[in-house]
Amino acid sequence: MEVVKLIGTWPSPFSYRVIWALKLKGIPYEYIEEDLSNKSPMLLQYNPLHKKIPVLVHGGKPICESAVILQYIEDVWPQNPLLPNDPHERAVARFWVHFAENKVRCIWRLFRTTGGEEQEKAKKESMEMLRALEEHGLRDKKFFGGDKIGIADIAFGQVAHWLEMIEDLVGVKLIEAHTFPHLHAWTKNFKQVPIIKENLPDFGEMLMYFKKARDNFLASRGPGM
Amino acid sequence: MEKEDQINLHGMWGSTFTKRVELALKLKGIPYEYIEEDLSYKSQLVLKYNPVHKKLPILVHNGKPIIESLIILEYIDETWKNAPRFLPDDPYERAKIRFWLFEGVGRVVTTDGEAQEKATNDLFEKLKVLEEGMREFFPGGSPTPSINGENMGLLDILMCTLFGPYKIHEEVVGIKMIDPERNPLLSSWLMALTEQPVMKEIKPPHEKLLALVHFIRQNALQSSVP
Repeated sequence: MEVVKLIGTWPSPFSYRVIWALKLKGIPYEYIEEDLSNKSPMLLQYNPLHKKIPVLVHGGKPICESAVILQYIEDVWPQNPLLPNDPHERAVARFWVHFAENKVRCIWRLFRTTGGEEQEKAKKESMEMLRALEEHGLRDKKFFGGDKIGIADIAFGQVAHWLEMIEDLVGVKLIEAHTFPHLHAWTKNFKQVPIIKENLPDFGEMLMYFKKARDNFLASRGPGM
Repeated sequence: MEKEDQINLHGMWGSTFTKRVELALKLKGIPYEYIEEDLSYKSQLVLKYNPVHKKLPILVHNGKPIIESLIILEYIDETWKNAPRFLPDDPYERAKIRFWLFEGVGRVVTTDGEAQEKATNDLFEKLKVLEEGMREFFPGGSPTPSINGENMGLLDILMCTLFGPYKIHEEVVGIKMIDPERNPLLSSWLMALTEQPVMKEIKPPHEKLLALVHFIRQNALQSSVP
């Protein structure tokens, strides 16, 4: 089998999407930690357009964008499938991956707020997004993928682990057992899956890292915002 | 005896997203029923089939809804495996195409003044990148009506529905967006695509689309006035 390398960063949920997919399928890979403040020639060569992580390199060929990488991994290594067999269910799973790409960023907008109208708006958008997950995505299933985790669960990993960190830093609680019962249970169940449990950034370290990033961001924005 | 497939497409005549699906269905020779939906009054079916976004197009296959145009295209390709295939078989080639599908177009039509200037610059940047990126799909340099040389694939469908009406957009905003000098490859690719008989079949009437784009532009400009 050709060599598989993953270029990522330890705090990034997008990096983890790829790690989870590779580990769930039992694919051996070499992990390369990237320093985004000082981008390596390798990253610039493999992702000249966006210069972002994660990048999967398979037999020397790069694949960029975590959602594209997930689909690539599924195409090349069909064992322990992340997508259902049925074409209609596949379309539904892809819809939720697409939703995760476009709609979950509101939690990162919330991450950047300190209060006022901006925070209220970001909070409202985030709640609407979570409501869609609860009522239409998850409904009464254990996982988005049904009884087992699938590509959509992996795509929503941010919501299970990183959102809690955002809630702590911003001082806003979004997911509670009485408001989002299924989603709340899902965040626990998802993190109990052995591969996921063994492959998550340490919460405390992550909190420190993002606190620093947030402080830097707010400082550079200046007062009065 | 095979059960007959019931395929309904709920769409909007002026929408490129709807056109993509129409194009895909026609290219595969799949018979379908088209239902025109009024965007200003969402029918019960639209709300039922797409409760999250309430948007079009929606493909309903034997009662099961599929939403989001690119997802619908993949669904069509996976369900009806006859030619033309929209995505190549090779996983790496598929990944390359999926990567380019992420690149969007921009807001040149719905803005003016400084915002339009920015949107136009963004568009030109994207077109430049797209031009470069597409070179690897046309190693010979000259465009054929498709990326994989024979039939129209996912990127072809996307290109001609995104940029197909570019002449109308150019007419409405008075800016040349796809310039043969700046984007020789994209220009000739687009010209080759729009000449395809199936493209001519689904193209909405020029005057009607022109009026719609004007309307969209006026609406957008008015709603952005403080």
